[in-house]
Amino acid sequence: MAYCPTRLRTRQTYSWVDKPLDRKLHYQTYKEMSVKIEGRLPEIDLQVGQFVLIEGDDDENPYVAKLVELFEDDSEPYSKKRARVQWFIRFCEVPVCKQHLLGRKPDAQEIFWYDYPACNSNINAETIIGHVQVVALAPDEVIPMDLKNEKTFFVKLSWNEKKFKPLPPELFAQLDKLQEGNPRCQKSVEARTKSTESPSWTTAERVVKRIESRHSTSKSRQTPSHPVTPRARKRLELSSFPRTHNTRISQQTSWASLESPGRMKRKVAFSEITSPSKRSQPDGPQNSSPALRTPEKAGEIQQCCAEDDKKPSPDGCMILRTRVPALKTTETSEERTLTPIKGGQKSSVVPSVILKPENIKTREAKEPVQDEATSTPHRIRRKSSLLTLNRMRQQLRFLGNSKSDQEEEEFLPVAKISASDSEEEEASTPPLPRRTRSNVSRNLHSSMKSSLQTPSKTPKKTPEPRTPRHATPRIRSRNLAAQEPANVLEEARLRLHVSAVPGSLPCREQEFQDMYNFVESKLLDHTGGCMYISGVPGTGKTATVHEVIRCLQQASQANDVPPFQYIEVNGMELTEPHQVYVQILQRLTGHRATAHHAAELLAKRFRTRGSSRETTVLLVDELDLLWTQKQDIMYNLFDWPTHKEARLVVLTIANTMDLPERLMMNRVSSRLGLTRMSFQPYTHSQLQQILVSRLKHLKAFEDDAIQLVARKVAALSGDARRCLDICRRATEICEFSCQKPDSPGLVTTAHLLEAVEEMFSSSYITAIKNSSVLEQSFLRAILAEFRRSGLEEATFQQVYSQHVALCRMEGLPYPTMSETMAVCSHLGSCRLLLVEPSRNDLLLRVRLNVSQDDVLYALKEE
Amino acid sequence: MSSRKSKSNNLIQAEYLSQVQRILRERFCHQSPHSNLFGVQVQYKHLIELLKRTAIHGESNSVLIIGPRGSGKTMLINHALKELMEVEEMSENVLQVHLNGLLQINDKIALKEITRQLNLENVVGDKVFGSFAENLSFLLEALKKGDRTSSCPVIFILDEFDLFAHHKNQTLLYNLFDISQSAQTPVAVIGLTCRLSLSEDRSVRDVLQKHFNVSKSLRSLHTLLMLALNRVTPSHPFMTAADLMEANQLCSMDSKANIVHGLSVLEICLIIAMKHLNDIYEEEPFNFQMVYNEFQKFVQRKAHSVYNFEKPVVMKAFEHLQQLELIRPMERTSVNAQREYQLMKLLLDNTQIMNALQKYPNCPTDVRQWATSSLSWL
Repeated sequence: MAYCPTRLRTRQTYSWVDKPLDRKLHYQTYKEMSVKIEGRLPEIDLQVGQFVLIEGDDDENPYVAKLVELFEDDSEPYSKKRARVQWFIRFCEVPVCKQHLLGRKPDAQEIFWYDYPACNSNINAETIIGHVQVVALAPDEVIPMDLKNEKTFFVKLSWNEKKFKPLPPELFAQLDKLQEGNPRCQKSVEARTKSTESPSWTTAERVVKRIESRHSTSKSRQTPSHPVTPRARKRLELSSFPRTHNTRISQQTSWASLESPGRMKRKVAFSEITSPSKRSQPDGPQNSSPALRTPEKAGEIQQCCAEDDKKPSPDGCMILRTRVPALKTTETSEERTLTPIKGGQKSSVVPSVILKPENIKTREAKEPVQDEATSTPHRIRRKSSLLTLNRMRQQLRFLGNSKSDQEEEEFLPVAKISASDSEEEEASTPPLPRRTRSNVSRNLHSSMKSSLQTPSKTPKKTPEPRTPRHATPRIRSRNLAAQEPANVLEEARLRLHVSAVPGSLPCREQEFQDMYNFVESKLLDHTGGCMYISGVPGTGKTATVHEVIRCLQQASQANDVPPFQYIEVNGMELTEPHQVYVQILQRLTGHRATAHHAAELLAKRFRTRGSSRETTVLLVDELDLLWTQKQDIMYNLFDWPTHKEARLVVLTIANTMDLPERLMMNRVSSRLGLTRMSFQPYTHSQLQQILVSRLKHLKAFEDDAIQLVARKVAALSGDARRCLDICRRATEICEFSCQKPDSPGLVTTAHLLEAVEEMFSSSYITAIKNSSVLEQSFLRAILAEFRRSGLEEATFQQVYSQHVALCRMEGLPYPTMSETMAVCSHLGSCRLLLVEPSRNDLLLRVRLNVSQDDVLYALKEE
Repeated sequence: MSSRKSKSNNLIQAEYLSQVQRILRERFCHQSPHSNLFGVQVQYKHLIELLKRTAIHGESNSVLIIGPRGSGKTMLINHALKELMEVEEMSENVLQVHLNGLLQINDKIALKEITRQLNLENVVGDKVFGSFAENLSFLLEALKKGDRTSSCPVIFILDEFDLFAHHKNQTLLYNLFDISQSAQTPVAVIGLTCRLSLSEDRSVRDVLQKHFNVSKSLRSLHTLLMLALNRVTPSHPFMTAADLMEANQLCSMDSKANIVHGLSVLEICLIIAMKHLNDIYEEEPFNFQMVYNEFQKFVQRKAHSVYNFEKPVVMKAFEHLQQLELIRPMERTSVNAQREYQLMKLLLDNTQIMNALQKYPNCPTDVRQWATSSLSWL
């Protein structure tokens, strides 16, 4: 069956089945539609109420929706066949910035009910690709992980652009009904009704029942004398009563099966012994450890799939699939909850386990079983399994310790864990063929994980493929908590730090309002636009944009403006201008691509109409760094918002006011438009206001002192960062000069003057003042030589003779040529002088890098 | 008897002395961390305070330590870090990254080095590191994840800081300082440089907060003391002022004058001829033929002790001077230019020549006279 074929490859014809149900002018509703794909026989019937895949931006991940209505609308210009749908949203379609709201890792096949009425639900019916299976699950049910079946999606939560919510009960019931309302699933409905008869059953048991019945359906339908079915039922029944002897065995087997291929073999043999009929052997491992992907199991699945594929209906698959989840729920019935891996970080490979005393007991009880297993000589021979065993034992021991001190566990060094992980992989590699290797090692990995929680439990899901691309690195957290400021000065210093984000931005109200209005209007109109923001460093450009975005996000929380997605890129954080595409794409969708490919994807995204698209606000900081010869990046950035479908608002920041005129070609700057905003340097009163607002309710500075620094900085640059730094330095000086550390006084004008002096004083003058006698007299000689020749440049030889003459005049012993040369190159390395490479020797030319007046001034002080 | 005793005494003394010499040499050669800080206590205290605040309060800071070579910048920071690491709560709480502009010659290498020193590579396990862009975003992501109160502070020490400022776009510096100015992982960026002109760079200018200036080089002092120390013998057990003077003379010896001491009389004559040419033509370049003529004049009219050498012999001597780099061709030697007529310049100063001549062993008197006066043959 064609699964999401691309348009390019196949031609599809869409036609109505049956007569229209309802006929109005220009508008007929239908119940069913058939899609015929060229070269393939079975037509796909699309009925109202089914779940379908709809072509989208991404061929790999088409949109998922439920058909609500099929109709023909003559008023539409292009496609008359229309459909109304209820969207589902994939996790990857959720804006990256909001993905964390889920609070756990999404499962691969998990989708969300898209509860957002503003979204356009009227689509072209010819964009429908085909059927898909959607299963509604209660929030506490576990989503089965089965990579083999990409056609089944599971929905547990709904997403309304603000938060994830569990499905409302009536909706859940409706979805459930839909899933079984299909005539081909009648039997399973029976099973359902049977299970609902006794409401006191646990979900697990219910599911077991369901499975039984499904087995029987498959039995009745395909091979009436299939031996698998009765056995499977029996086994399942066993496992639902945990205290029997048999469970113990099965647990042990599942243990064994996880550890190594060597154990696998044993295990298979084991199940051969227990299972009466040889035919049912492959089913054994599947029941005890569904996640284990050994060749046998894969073969079996393929076999089943092949059987299923004989049937034309896609629903056949579903029955097989749902069997697996059910098995997993059986295991959860042992009351052990998996806490979600936080943030999907690698460092949290050790999940934060909440240990219940009983659990620990059972774990301890299980240990001997394991030890017993290790004593079997033929196992020990396998080095890999031995290694893993050791490691598991370590883990268990570690857990035992952590029982007494849970705090320690959190501070487990990351490096150690990941190192052991890689070892683990190594250990498992050698004797196996490539395909099984990766699978087994994956299982080992997961068994490690599960062994931390319950030794008997098989992993619930295949651990996420270890693609380091999605590993989020972080600096390890500190061991001791950061100290809070102890006195007024420290508190002031903290508030004055540039990184301390103020609650409001004083003195930028006008700019804030303009920018807010601009972005808000674009959001409300569902259009796009660009804005160019310029200003010298430290005038609050980026801070204002951030503030605007923060306010808008709050407004969208309160439903005042439509929700939007915010992305930020910085030209300085890119190694190369074209990397900006990669960054944007990654923040937009979470995908990674090469720069070229990313550019194409972005262009496609912004030029085609998206179904459930919200406005994107893109902030490009340090725009001038994105300049290229062709200016293609700037062109694209300003061109995308002009497309109606893009819904893109681009805010760009750069230092120079005339960047569009100076750097950009006409076609680029014309697309930029006229929305400009320039941030003027702060005046002294504004700087003063900023300082006062930061130091609100904190008496650390004298009022005059604040005014002084504001005036000093405003006279020079108006850079707020500089202003804050000076104040911070002044608190340090104050603290340093103060004798009693407990009660430091106010920062006075004197302290601030000292800080200003330090900050603005020329380093050259200090350097000359502190240089040695010989260096100083060499500088004097240079000045004398310049004055003599009237030029600003002299050869070393000339300076040397002047130097000697000066020394003679003052009655000093004059230095040798080599010494003087050393002095010259030393001054050159400090960049007080500009000198040629010293291989020119006597002929090297010397220039001053400081003004002559500065040198004179510095030398006179002595 | 007594002489034997004194001999053994001498032996023991010699042993002691050599031990003392060894210890002192060690102190001079190795930059021992025990050495006291003289003259930079204020700066030291300031630096310690800054680092402490980064470690304890999680406050980001950036410092640029500027000073000429040999003024103890590296010693200062090493000292400070050592003291910090002795405090347990600091050493557990701080990550250090040491970079050197001479080793990490571009941002790409620097990023890899940072990742390595932060042990971040373990996080990605088996990943073979990708492109420069990937590295950068990886590292930035790592650093941006943190916040002031929970992340472990990182101290970046950038030796030869000025060289980092030459990297393309100053990407690394910008990002480091950007992190230090925003509420991300607390970092302390400490730059060490001997260039004073950094403050003219665009993005770095914003963050220059502190300057330290220390004068004069300690290394040259160490060399001087080493030389003086070597003169200590059993017969001469204490360093005297004379020793130091002599060592100083050794240190400040003019290397070119030394070369002149070893030249032959013919070569000395040629140099004197060149000196005269310089005097006459006011530093204009000369060629071999001019020098030869001048030499001929001297030999024919005045010289009694100098043999009139053949022209090729004089040419050889001239070339020898060029090899010693006492003279230098004006431009690159071209193949077709005749060697006799290639323009040259003398790389010795008049004073140097005169000084060298005074010390030149067995210098003929007429040559010496010729040197003092260019008109002496008239």
